[in-house]
Order: sequence, then structure tokens, then C-alpha cells
Amino acid sequence: MSQDFSLNPEIQDPAKATHEGKNKYIGLWFFLGGETVLFASLFATYLSLRNSTAGGPSSQDLFGLELVFVMTILLLTSSLTSVYAIYHMKNHDFKKMQLWFGITALLGLGFLGFEIYEFTHYITDYGFTFRSSAFGSAFYTLVGFHGGHVVFGLSWLIALMVRNAKRGLSLYNAPKYNTFAIYWHFIDVVWVFIFTVVYLMGMVS
Amino acid sequence: MSIASTQKKGFGAILWDYLTTVDHKKIGNMYLACGAFFFILGGIEALIIRIQLIKPENDFISAGLYNEMITMHGTTMIFFAAMPMLLGFMNAIMPLQIGARDVAFPFLNSLGFWLFFLGGILMNLSWFLGGAPDAGWTAYAPLSTQSPGHGMDFYVMGLQLSGAGTLMGGINFLVTIVTMRGPGMTYMRMPLFSWTTFIASILILFAFPAFTVALFLLQFDRMFGSAFFDIALGGNSIIWQHLFWIFGHPEVYILILPAFGIFSEIFATFSKKRLFGYTSMVFATFLIAFLGFMVWAHHMFTVGLGPVANSIFAVGTMAIAVPTGIKIFNWLATMWGGNIRMSASMLWALGFIPSFTIGGMTGVMLGASTADFQYHDTYFVIAHFHYVIVGGVVFGILAGLQYWWPKMFGKVLHEGMGKIAFWLFFIGFHLTFFIQHFLGLMGMPRRYWVFLENQGLDTGNLISTIGAFFMAAGSIVFVINIIYTHTKAEKATNDPWGSGRTLEWAISSPAPEYNFKQLPLVRGLDPYWIEKMDGNDKMTPAEPVNDIHMPNGSILPLVITIGFFIASLGFIYQVDNKAWLIVLFTGMVIAIGSMLIRSLKDDHGHHIHKEDLEKEAD
Amino acid sequence: MTGTNINKINSFRKQKQKEEMKHQVITFALMIIFTLIAFIAVGSGMNKTYVLPLILILAVVQVGFQFYYFMHMKDKGHAVISSMIYGGVWVAILAVLTFTTIIWW
Repeated sequence: MSQDFSLNPEIQDPAKATHEGKNKYIGLWFFLGGETVLFASLFATYLSLRNSTAGGPSSQDLFGLELVFVMTILLLTSSLTSVYAIYHMKNHDFKKMQLWFGITALLGLGFLGFEIYEFTHYITDYGFTFRSSAFGSAFYTLVGFHGGHVVFGLSWLIALMVRNAKRGLSLYNAPKYNTFAIYWHFIDVVWVFIFTVVYLMGMVS
Repeated sequence: MSIASTQKKGFGAILWDYLTTVDHKKIGNMYLACGAFFFILGGIEALIIRIQLIKPENDFISAGLYNEMITMHGTTMIFFAAMPMLLGFMNAIMPLQIGARDVAFPFLNSLGFWLFFLGGILMNLSWFLGGAPDAGWTAYAPLSTQSPGHGMDFYVMGLQLSGAGTLMGGINFLVTIVTMRGPGMTYMRMPLFSWTTFIASILILFAFPAFTVALFLLQFDRMFGSAFFDIALGGNSIIWQHLFWIFGHPEVYILILPAFGIFSEIFATFSKKRLFGYTSMVFATFLIAFLGFMVWAHHMFTVGLGPVANSIFAVGTMAIAVPTGIKIFNWLATMWGGNIRMSASMLWALGFIPSFTIGGMTGVMLGASTADFQYHDTYFVIAHFHYVIVGGVVFGILAGLQYWWPKMFGKVLHEGMGKIAFWLFFIGFHLTFFIQHFLGLMGMPRRYWVFLENQGLDTGNLISTIGAFFMAAGSIVFVINIIYTHTKAEKATNDPWGSGRTLEWAISSPAPEYNFKQLPLVRGLDPYWIEKMDGNDKMTPAEPVNDIHMPNGSILPLVITIGFFIASLGFIYQVDNKAWLIVLFTGMVIAIGSMLIRSLKDDHGHHIHKEDLEKEAD
Repeated sequence: MTGTNINKINSFRKQKQKEEMKHQVITFALMIIFTLIAFIAVGSGMNKTYVLPLILILAVVQVGFQFYYFMHMKDKGHAVISSMIYGGVWVAILAVLTFTTIIWW
């Protein structure tokens, strides 16, 4: 090992202090540009199929405001807690960073729990499945892709936290935490559109 | 990791070296080799199609097999031949042109290659596993959802794998160009091939996700019973067409822009002149990319989008002729008054201009939405897109091979044989496709496996088939040239053309593992030419000789890909028997497990030491 | 080791960080308020023609906050990044516009 990854107080932003760190940061952002198109395609598909219920339950029959509101607050708060974590990272305070990321993970898990509850509720109580109508396929695909991103993000975060628990912050792992945080915000961005376009608009029209 | 270890390695060691490499030049070579393999495969499929159409009501192959041939020909050529070969050039040449020692994500780069290659293999396995995809390369629903057997499942999974690989490649090139340009290499000093790599990568980034979604929808409909394209449950098959072409139209610019880049390099080098209108070339490229995203529905004029939508997309389509025209005139003006040398690669470039211009003109004709109702799904369309894709992209690839072969493999391809290959291919190309314009106008529909006699189509089809054999002959000469060169020719010098302008010609052929012992100082556009004009025979270094940091090779990209490959087979066959879910999960465990190993294991790379570097000659 | 590092970070930088964190909390509060307004607007059963544009605008503004403050797109050195994001947004708009206007049967 010849490269020095240890922190020194002069370093303002450990996530972007190394060349590799900068590359990761920019690379993840570009990837999110692509993800934007991915989710746009899913949203577009959903929008064109959202009234194709084939006689099955429609969005007004299914959706309830309370559950979605709770999920939204959970995810939005987890966005703020990851900002706190990065704040502590910039202060080189590893313990507090881990703590706040831990809270982020818990909030994410809570969100996921509610989502699983929601899906089973629709399937068992309404018989509304992935196969029952084009609306059903589009709904589960769009919301499920978002849920899949949450699962991936949580696995990423937990792996990072466990791996580095005893090693502390270094210039080698700081970029990894930071790119995770950006990715997590993006998941939140997508959710903002999901609760607006899928749930709220679904209850209005 | 000594540099001297390149002499005399056993076959096993060389194989292992290539399987684990993260060196962009070796990955570039692999892209080219595998792309060439698929190019030959797609070419054989094309010959079979043309033999079937040599005479009226021929029964060389059955109707079903014909459908498989046209589907596999189109898909193979676009996704597994043309694009990988261009990605090969981008990998091999772009980092050298911008003065970088490496790409931004070497590991991801290797993963992208393996995903492409095994995706192509997966799709071609379908030939031996009950029949290839047969719904056309566009796979329109509901034809593709109703297609029996597993052919279309192989299409979905094969393209999903290689699409993911291409997206990784695109992001890698983007970040490389943004963060790793050498000292003094500003954006507006980048060679045009690097620029077109950059812009094509932007297109990859924004176009491929739409295709990913389209493939997921098709996969869900075929394998898990969803209803996206099932009219009975409220589905809508037009969604496929839109998603496919939102990707599919930018895709043709992903192919042609790098080819434009290659030609720009060749015109400047062999005219011994600076590229005319460099700045306008860059902006024209951007404009083509921008407009390229807003014209996809011109593939769907006959769907019934309504007159307003058709008009908007028609105007957008014709507008693309403007930046393309700028480019054509710039190339002509580059040659104007230049000291032109008719090398084999210059011949390809010269042949490209009229060929591509004809394709562009028929493109504008097809863009006229009302007239398109007449041309739609006829051989006129076939002629049009082969004029732009063969006359543009394939000419570009072959020109690029001839031009950069010394830089990539250290030997200069035989010029005479290169010229013979060009003339055979060029004549064959026009014989094959020019006549097809008229076949189309006379009403011959595409994708039909036979035509009737005495409808004025007989002679035209015969000529077209003869032409196809000329193209095959040209390709064979090209291959012979490669073999001949590697048994005979001596080692190439740094600048074998004598008039190289860009950085890649300032270093040895082939380039050393670390590209530049000392990063060069770039003083303007065409940096090597500037140094030559100042009487220097090499670049001024921008740093002292120092240890060079290199990434470590890894077998993991291949293992990850094999995992996804196995999982894909599981996806395809779990429809028949749920026991295949075990295969699916096994594959996923392998893939995700090795991804986890990659991210949990620290890998700091290694250094090539100063002392070793100083021993090396320049 | 982390402990000593924290102490050595100069107070000016810490102060700047704190300032920024304050902005982040304000951003978060605004996002929660926007979310509440959107849910209340829908829950109260207001007329569709007013609610739809309202909730969509709120969503866009909220996402802007998320990008520019939480994800630091407002910071220096983000020009290339934001042009890529806007590129993606542009294609996204085209796709959604198409699917909501010319797919009609």
C-alpha cells in the first residue's frame, strides 16, 4: 500500500479529496441522469395506463392518504438524517456519521415495511395484483422499481456501515458514503413524484 | 507487475491476462475482436437472406427460419457488431487522445465488456436451444409477446445484459473525459473523435434506460403474466413502439457520431491540414445529438399519431439535415487545398461522403410524413438505413481499423490489400442497396420471405444478391490482410502515417501499459502537429518521471457476468418449470456475491516504479 | 484519532458548516410544509382543476430543493453535473409529454 488514505484536519471534504473520490462522485451523478430517464419511462407508462383497470379496482378504490403520508414523512426525514451524517463526515466525526446513517437506515426500513404492508393489503383485500389489469402491472412496476431502489440503497448502506464500523473514516471510504447519500436523495426525489403523480393524482381524478 | 514480463508467456497466462484485464487498451482489443466475430455472424445471416431472395419464390430457407434470420441479422449487427467495435475504438484510442493514463472506472469498463459479450453469446445460444428470436429487431408488441417458444426471451435477456454493459461503458467514458484530460487539454482542444465519444456517451446515458424499461415490460409480459401490451386487460402496444424508438433513434446517432469522429481524424491526417471548422464540427455534433432525441416518432408516422404530432416530428427530422450538412461541407473544405494522400483509410473516408449523403437524402424523403405512408415498411426503408449504417458506420469502422491498427497492434496493415478490400466492398455495397430503393418504390415490402415473379422485382433482387457477395469478398480480403500483416509486416513506428496530428501518434505503437511515461503538455488543437511544426520530434513533458499508479486486474467482472448469464437462463426457463427458479437464484447469488466481494475488499492498485520506467525506452 | 481531528478543524470551517446545516433544516421544514399542503389540498376535496397544477408545482419545487440543497447542486464545480441532470430531465419531459398526449387508445 503506497497511497495515503488517512485523514488530516486540512481536508475540507473527505469525499472529494482523492481523484478516485471525485470520479465516483461525478460518475454517480451521471448515472442519476440516466436513472431520471428510466423512471420517466416508467412514469410515462403508468400515466398512459392508469385508467386501464379492465373492470378491476381503480386508483380511487385503492389508495388511502394516511399510509402514503406516513411513508412520505419517513422517507423525507431519512433524507434529512443522511444530510446530518454527511455534515458530520465533513467534520471528520465518524461516530456521529455512523449514528445518523444508522437512523437513515432505520427510517428506510420503516418505509419498506409500510410498502410491503401496502402491497399485501391491495392483493389480499382487493385482489389487485400485478396481473389483474394493465393498471395493476404499471402500478406495481413503477412503485416496485422505486422499492427495489430502496432495497438496494439499504443493502449498500448496511454493507458500508458494517464494513467500516471498526476502521473509522478514511479518504478511501468517505467517497463511498457520500455517493450513497446522493443516491439516497435521488430515491427521495423519485418518491416525491410517486406520491404526487400516483397517489395524490390518483385520488383526485 | 513488471513491464518486461510481456515477452514469452504461455497461452494460459495470456488468456488469464485477458480474462482479468482492466487495461482499457486490452479491453478495446477484446471489444474489437468480439465485435468482429459478431460482424461475421451477422454477415453470414445477411448472405442467407440475400440467397433466399435471389429468385422469385425461392425455398432456400423456410419462412420461420427467414424471420429468425432477419431478426438476428438486425440485432446482431446493431448491438453486437457495430456498437462494440466503436466502443472498442473509444476504449483503445480516446484515453490516448486526451492524454490520460487510464479510464475513470477500469473495473466497470471490464464489467461492461463482459456483459456485452456474454449478452451476445446468450442471444445466439437461442439458435441451438429451440429457435432464435423471430419478431424483427424492433420486436413490436404484440407480435413479440405472442411469439411462441423462447426465442424472444433470449432477445430480452441478451439485450438486457449487453444494454447494462453499454451504459457502464458510456458513464465510464463521460467521467474519463470530464476529469482525466491531460495537462493543457481543454475541452476545445480535444480531437474530434474524443468529442464524438463524449457526445455518443451522453446519448447512451439518456437513451439506454428507456430501452431497459421497454425490455422489462416485455420481459414481465412474457415471463410473469403482466398486461402492459395485453389489449384484453387494458394494455397498449403503442407503449412498446414509443419506448423502443425513444431509445432506437438516438441509438443510430450513437453509432454514426463516433464514425463521424473517425472520418474527421482521417481527413485531417491525410490532407495534412487542420480540420476545417473545428468549432462548428463540435457544435454540429451537439446539435445532432440534441435533435436526435426529438424525432423518434418518425419511425411511427403510420401508427396514427395525428397530423399535429406527425408534422412536429417531420420538421424535427428534416432539421437534422442541417448540422449533418455542416459536417459534410467541413470535411470537403478540409480536403480543399490539402496535401491529399490516397491511403486505404482515406479511400474509405472518401467513399463514405457520397454514400452517406445519399442515405441522408432518402432520410429527408422518409421524414416527409405524408410521403412516408408510401415508403413505410418497403425496401426503400431498407435501402435508406443501410446507406447510413453501412455507408456511414461500417465504412467508419473499417476506415478506423486501417487507420489505428498500427497504434493498437503495432503493425501497419497492407495498403494494397486494404484498397482492394475497399473497392470490392464499395462496389458491392452500392450494387446491393442502390437497387433496393427502386424495389421499394415498386412496392416490395420488407420482411417477406418470398416475392412473386413477373412483378418487375426479379432482376433487381438478383443484382442485390450479387452485390452482397462482393461485400463478403471485400470483408474476406480485409481478414486476409490482417492475417498477412501479422505474419509479415515489421513493427510500426510511433507515427506510421508521418502526418499524425493527435497525441496517440506521439507514443509508441502499440501504446505502453501506462500510456504516457510523462504526461505531455498540450499547447493547442492537434498538439503533436504543433510540436512537429516547432521542430520537436516528441511532446514536451508536463511532469518529471514519477511512480505511476495502476489499477489491479480482477476476474470478478467475468464472474459477475457469468452470474447474470446463469440467472438469465433461469428467467427464460422458469416459465416452463418452476425448478428453474433455483438456477435463477444461484446465478443471482453468484453475481451479487461477487459484487459484494468487490465492494468489501479494499483494492488500492499498484505502482509502476520510477526505476523501472527509466529503464524503458521511449 | 477521529477525536483529535475534530479538535484541529478550525473554527471558521466549523462555523460555515453549521450555517449550511441551518439552511438544510430550513429546506427540510419547507419540504414538509409543501407535502402537507399537497396532502391537505387533495384530502379536502378541492376542485380538480386547481389541485392538479398545485400539487405538481409543489412537487417540482420540492425536488428542486432536494437537488440544489440536499444534493449540493448549487455548490461550485457542479456545472457539468447539472447539465447532465437537465439533459435527463429534458428527455424525461419529452417522454412523459408524449405518453400523456399522443397515446390515446
